[in-house]
Amino acid sequence: MTTAVAPTGAAPPATTGPSKTGAKRKGIRSPYPSWFYIPAAVLFIVFFAVPTFASFYFSLTRWTLFDVQFIGFDNFVQFFQEPQLVQGFINTFIYGFTTSAAKVILGLALALLLTGPILGRGYLRAVVFFPVLVSTVGIGLTFKALLDPFHGMVNGVLGFFHLPEPGWYTDPNLALLTVAGVDVWKGVGIATLIFMAGIVAIPHEYFEAARMDGAGAWSVFRNITLPLVRPATATVIILSLIGGLREFAMIWAMTKGGPGFTSDVIASVIYKQYQAGFFGLSTAGNVILFLVVTAVMVPVSWFLNRREAEL
Amino acid sequence: MKSSPTRRVLLAGAGIVALAMPLAACSGGGGSSDGKVEISYLTQSDDSNTNQAKALIAAFEKANPDITVKLETQPGGTEGDNLMKTKLSTDSMNDVFHYNSGSLLQALNPDQTLVDLSDEDWVDGLTDDFKAVVSTDNGLYGAPWGTSFAGAVLYNKKVYEQLGLTVPTTWDEFIANSEKIKSDGDGVAPILQSYGDTWTSQLFVLGDFANVSKVNPDWAEQYTANDPEAKYVNEPAFAGFAHGAEVFEKGLLNEDFASMTNAQAMGALATGAGAQYPMLSATISQVQQDYPDNVNDIGVFALPADDAADTAITMWQPNGIYIAKSTEGDKLAAAKKFVAFANSDEGCQVQNEGGSIAGPYVTSACTLPDDVPDLVDDIQAYFDADATGSALEFLSPIKGPNLENITVAVGSGITTAEDGAAQYDEDVKKQAQQLGLSGW
Repeated sequence: MTTAVAPTGAAPPATTGPSKTGAKRKGIRSPYPSWFYIPAAVLFIVFFAVPTFASFYFSLTRWTLFDVQFIGFDNFVQFFQEPQLVQGFINTFIYGFTTSAAKVILGLALALLLTGPILGRGYLRAVVFFPVLVSTVGIGLTFKALLDPFHGMVNGVLGFFHLPEPGWYTDPNLALLTVAGVDVWKGVGIATLIFMAGIVAIPHEYFEAARMDGAGAWSVFRNITLPLVRPATATVIILSLIGGLREFAMIWAMTKGGPGFTSDVIASVIYKQYQAGFFGLSTAGNVILFLVVTAVMVPVSWFLNRREAEL
Repeated sequence: MKSSPTRRVLLAGAGIVALAMPLAACSGGGGSSDGKVEISYLTQSDDSNTNQAKALIAAFEKANPDITVKLETQPGGTEGDNLMKTKLSTDSMNDVFHYNSGSLLQALNPDQTLVDLSDEDWVDGLTDDFKAVVSTDNGLYGAPWGTSFAGAVLYNKKVYEQLGLTVPTTWDEFIANSEKIKSDGDGVAPILQSYGDTWTSQLFVLGDFANVSKVNPDWAEQYTANDPEAKYVNEPAFAGFAHGAEVFEKGLLNEDFASMTNAQAMGALATGAGAQYPMLSATISQVQQDYPDNVNDIGVFALPADDAADTAITMWQPNGIYIAKSTEGDKLAAAKKFVAFANSDEGCQVQNEGGSIAGPYVTSACTLPDDVPDLVDDIQAYFDADATGSALEFLSPIKGPNLENITVAVGSGITTAEDGAAQYDEDVKKQAQQLGLSGW
């Protein structure tokens, strides 16, 4: 999961009651002068806002770095016509939803384990979180070596126990899921962390009351932990889904979209178009990715946060 | 604390100036000092290219003590292609650089980005074929570095001897040989493929082009003009895709073809674990490095056509050394000297000593040394019989970027040959439109 800038609900400046006669209306005034935001605003506009709007324009052109030719929506049409590009589109959804689901389930399971009274809890927490800190490319390359179908350690161990040795990233049906698996291994630490914070925030009274009523572990989980950890669940789903839909580094490090095009996602398709010098087409791909992620995340986020507000 | 309006304006102004300062510092530095001219040379980051470049620079600096050359490297392949275009279009390219010739050079827009070298002395010694691949209608832009090399089938001569096989001249003979190796070869892989390095999967298609040219000498021109007959879904070009699918379906590939790398495949070929490997002859340098005793166990024969009369060996022109247009004044003069040096006697010596000699030179300035690998003689035989042809990328500016992925899919049985050929024909359309070619 990438550390996205999660939109936190900013407190709107509360306006106090009706203004006094003639005097300027007083809102809550920040102790800092308002021009303190200029440096951040400049950086934001120059590095985020301007390129985003520029990319909307360039996605409608055929663009070598030397000249620009306006062609309207041809790039978008092409993106949806080419079989490789359509496959990348489908793969993106598979990848995003699989990694997100796995991170939620495994994250919650690990969080329950690591908030309980077990031996070596601090050490295990560090071990679970450590992959998050390591470079994605480094992990990708390491697992590529470990999962090598003929010389890798994983298949070596499987062979020793006379188990089938699949071609992890060379089998066209398996490659995408293998990369998704490694991605989950890397990202589950953050999900665990967020869930742990959510579980620890549940007041003890609920658990004590449930124990006194004679509830078993599963009952406690279903009726107390799960509902009360819902804000954390929402956060994990949103962050991991955004990250999963946009993932590039892991796929590029492990398979580069191969074999053939079977593990391509939109991000790697965009990068390949960019590598080939089709800058207009790759910008169109980026606009599509932006729209897809927005179209998926806005309803999901609204749905999850609405349920949370009802609580 | 109340701040007066003037003070606030002054502070805001100072803040904006402080932000703008780093931008001003961005403009490129460098320049000559103490009478010495310093130029920078860019080459690819793999071992053989870097070592050759270092040797060339050392020899050049010895002969020209008033010029220093700084070496810079970047990845090759498709990753490097894009870097080249970006650097050239933003005028931040190194003074001199090493890159492919042919269609990849055309994609850099040489008329606008490179210095015309057609008046240089060494131009007369070049073969016409090479001049064609470093020129546009408006000028000639590069000097050759390295020999030309063949894209054909490298084979292990010992395996062939043991099984009593002869070099095939038709495709059916090639398959028959491969089947014999599979049945009697005692575990030797008949045909090696190495999709761990995806670019190696293209050889069945690209190495077949000389055969296509024999059947239809105008094919490349028709292809560039978007003639509906000259497409990969039609014969004679379709054969490349069909062959790639056929060898997979008949089970003639090595077991680990999907993950093997180019270096591993060359090792397998050199030691006899694999018998035949469609590959560029330039990769013999890998064997010279890893298995120097087995270098002469490797021979080469052209990818056979269906009809023996059409079988010809496909030749790649060597890479070139080019000068960016942003190089001026003293640096330009020094850069021109550097380029000329590469094709002088001393430059040729550097090429002979360190380079991978995998075919004939394209300039009369250089001659092959006596101790070349045997496969160079095999290639020369095709020249003597006038059975050669240039690879397509030197006869047409169009090369679709996804060919290596499509050929991996065809060669792994994921896509059929017909679908793969159709996909590639679509792929080149993008490239042709991007280049602004008429008729697309």
